[in-house]
Amino acid sequence: MMKILVVDDEPDVRTLFEQRFRREIRSGALAFSFAYSGEEALGYLHEHHSEVVLILSDINMPGMSGLELLRRVRTEPAPPPPPRVMMITAYGDEASRTQALALGADDFLTKPVDFAALKEKLLALPSA
Amino acid sequence: MEDDGILLGTPVAILALWLLRRFLSTATRLPALDRRLAKLWIPGAALWVGYLLLGEKLHLDGDLIDDVFILLVIAQFLQVVWQLRDYPPARTLGLALMPYAAVLLLAVVWRQLAPRSFKEYNDGIDMVGTFVFFWMVGFFWTARGQKKRLAIELERRAEEEQAQRRIVARNTELEQLVQVRTAALQQQAASLQQALEELQLTQNQLIQAEKMASLGELTAGIAHEIQNPLNFVNNFAEVSTELAQELAEERSHPTRDLQLEAELLGDLKQNMLKITQHGQRAASIVRGMLEHSRASTGERSLTDLNALADEYLRLAYHGLRAKDKAFNATISTDLAADLPPVNAVAQDLGRVLLNLLTNAFYAVRQRQQQGEPGYAPTVCVRTKHLGDEVEVQVQDNGTGIPEAVRQKIFQPFFTTKPTGEGTGLGLSLAHDIVTKGHGGILEVVSQPGQGATFTLRLPC
Repeated sequence: MMKILVVDDEPDVRTLFEQRFRREIRSGALAFSFAYSGEEALGYLHEHHSEVVLILSDINMPGMSGLELLRRVRTEPAPPPPPRVMMITAYGDEASRTQALALGADDFLTKPVDFAALKEKLLALPSA
Repeated sequence: MEDDGILLGTPVAILALWLLRRFLSTATRLPALDRRLAKLWIPGAALWVGYLLLGEKLHLDGDLIDDVFILLVIAQFLQVVWQLRDYPPARTLGLALMPYAAVLLLAVVWRQLAPRSFKEYNDGIDMVGTFVFFWMVGFFWTARGQKKRLAIELERRAEEEQAQRRIVARNTELEQLVQVRTAALQQQAASLQQALEELQLTQNQLIQAEKMASLGELTAGIAHEIQNPLNFVNNFAEVSTELAQELAEERSHPTRDLQLEAELLGDLKQNMLKITQHGQRAASIVRGMLEHSRASTGERSLTDLNALADEYLRLAYHGLRAKDKAFNATISTDLAADLPPVNAVAQDLGRVLLNLLTNAFYAVRQRQQQGEPGYAPTVCVRTKHLGDEVEVQVQDNGTGIPEAVRQKIFQPFFTTKPTGEGTGLGLSLAHDIVTKGHGGILEVVSQPGQGATFTLRLPC
């Protein structure tokens, strides 16, 4: 089972992910946790060391931005293996993508999220 | 030769006639009659010459001829006097001549009819003649004085009339001058009125332009704000289709999992609700944008400042972020739950809040770009209920406002932004809307380098 932490300031993202991936959740292939801000996500990560395999984070959030979260995840010492991080943003500009990749993001997605493509990507990942 | 009075009397009569004509100016007063008088010298001269040549031969009575001629001249002249009876010297002249004429006539008739008794009374008649002669001279003298006084009087009147005419002319001139001045002033007033109207029109256009400019800055942010709920609408619609399909598949199984079916139905119902919610969210953003871009109706309605502040906070934040993707700020709200609605022009107050908020975000972004380590850009919106007033505060920890700028901050066209970035009307309009439009106050306090707080208070 692959544990994924979704970080977005929109609460309805949870409902959406749970429905989009209901079969995978039901079958136990994927497990989702949700955080509604960068700060909350960091707290969750501290509490659940090395459980989270993948972080899917929005970039534009009030307070700590997704990029700041990424930087913290990549720089703060954490027990291996390091989680994969995919950034999602409504502003799919090249500067953000370059910045995200420079900070150590594994992928960069733009909103609206293509869930079919995301599903393929997730299932293709080597399961931890 | 004792009867030759004619040799002296006729020329004297003609001379007297000439003097009297001159005295009364008959040539100008009675031209027709005067022409006749002017010709009287011809019979006079004829008589005089005739008498001189034939008088002795024919034993003519020179005195009689002379007297008749004088009476003829006097009669002619009395006609003149009668015609000029309205002219006092003429009347006096008539009075002077009449006794002389009467005595002369009496003497002529008397001498012709009873020469003997005439000779007897000759001394008396002579005395009477002397008397009427002096009478005539006296009255002639009086007439002369009268004429002089009249002439002076006439001259005075003429002068007065002339003065009067000058005054009238001057009055007319002044009236014309006043008319010209009045026309010039009216024209000036009209052109001032026109200039004022043009200025007012320009002002309205500027206000509208400022509004559109502030909206234009927000376009990208608004698009983002609309895109988010639309994504949810699309996603929930798509996933609902999948759910409906799954439900249909489930129902075709020989052994139905009723719990799963109920779960799917529950999800479908929930999704419909989400679609509605996000659809309405997008609609309200579009509505807000339309309301902002429309010219203000100026109509007041009960307005929830908390909702207004929240709406414009999001717009302003996303507006700036759309321009600068790297920009990020902490937004905090402290909205009083007991805030009463305010009777206000919501659209106008929205502009005020939008302006204060975009300024706040601009200030924190400026400070962030200075690269201060550990700086956390923060914009805070607070609402408070203070007795009979409500207060909205927009606080930022941006670059702050120097005192010199703070003094001019509400003046029209004053801006510290680079040319093309600010109209300089935002805060001036905001101040007008709050103070003149709503009877409130708009104040600013700032610690340069540390941030600024704009406070808006409205009566409720």
